[in-house]
Amino acid sequence: MMIACQLAGEVAARALGLPIPGPVLGMVLLLGIFLLRGGPDAQMRETSSGLLRHLSLLFVPAGVGVVTQLDALAQDWLAIAVAIVVSTALGLAVTGLVMQRLSR
Amino acid sequence: MTPGLDLGGLGAGGLGVLWVYLESTPLLGLVSTLLAWQAALRLSRAMGDRPVANPVLIAIVLLAGLLVATGTPYAAYFRGGQYIHFLLGPATVALAVPMYAALASIRRSAFAILPAILAGAVTAAGSAILIARALGASRPVALSLAPKSVTTPIAMGVAEQIGGNPSLAAVFVLMTGLAGVVLGPPLLRLIRVVDWRARGLAAGTAGHGLATARILLLNETAGAYGGVAIGLNGIVTAVVVPPLARWLLGG
Repeated sequence: MMIACQLAGEVAARALGLPIPGPVLGMVLLLGIFLLRGGPDAQMRETSSGLLRHLSLLFVPAGVGVVTQLDALAQDWLAIAVAIVVSTALGLAVTGLVMQRLSR
Repeated sequence: MTPGLDLGGLGAGGLGVLWVYLESTPLLGLVSTLLAWQAALRLSRAMGDRPVANPVLIAIVLLAGLLVATGTPYAAYFRGGQYIHFLLGPATVALAVPMYAALASIRRSAFAILPAILAGAVTAAGSAILIARALGASRPVALSLAPKSVTTPIAMGVAEQIGGNPSLAAVFVLMTGLAGVVLGPPLLRLIRVVDWRARGLAAGTAGHGLATARILLLNETAGAYGGVAIGLNGIVTAVVVPPLARWLLGG
């Protein structure tokens, strides 16, 4: 079911020329199915929690790919560090302030 | 090296042959990833589960060190790693299950949540791109920074789509999460964001799962809002960041 949703998302992204990753479209699709059918059944919940329990591990092979990017990292480390710290602080502040203002 | 011919170097040569053989099978990448993951989990626990002791970060450092030390090309490692990597797609789709559970619980404040996430997502991605470019980072690096505030599988997909590098994006996502963990609580206190719903939403939007896990320890409501923010920002970022990046960098 999940792989079917991913495939459907993948196909839809290609066919419509959408700049959205296939799996994300697949996730939206599955969420839509849940909203229509009133939520996931027991088997779906089990499969999902099984996969998500090991989610962190799944990032590792792609992350190891940094070895192919060490030059880029070494060259731009300062820009990267400043960009990450400042943009994360700005993102936190803006989201927090807007949410607090609107939900009062 | 000509292993086998030089009797004196038989030990090292034999190992070399074994390594060359292992390199050509998917087993090496698969087994080394699982072993590194076990070691990383143990190390992380030994260091008291501190945010810098993130197991993903440790496992990546261990494996990257191994590849560099042995001169193994990444492509050889990925022959095995791809079997684990493949599961990221279905796992991304599976995020729909916790998202559905979280959505049902907070449907009432949707009118505040959506603008807050949208504003935070555009701010974080836009400022990251502009700062990186202003400080001289290359274009692919800046593009890989753009989706750094969302959960890794989505960030990697978006980075690839807009001409960044998925591996760099994965590392930037981790670094962003750590920044969110460290900066989040003191910064939000400083600018007087006292509402736990707003704090949780900010943590999830700017610092995805890592920052949310941290704020969940402080307050459960904040954790729930963080969870919603992770999912929604994943969608918002996938939709908004590609045109934003094109607009900011041209082309």
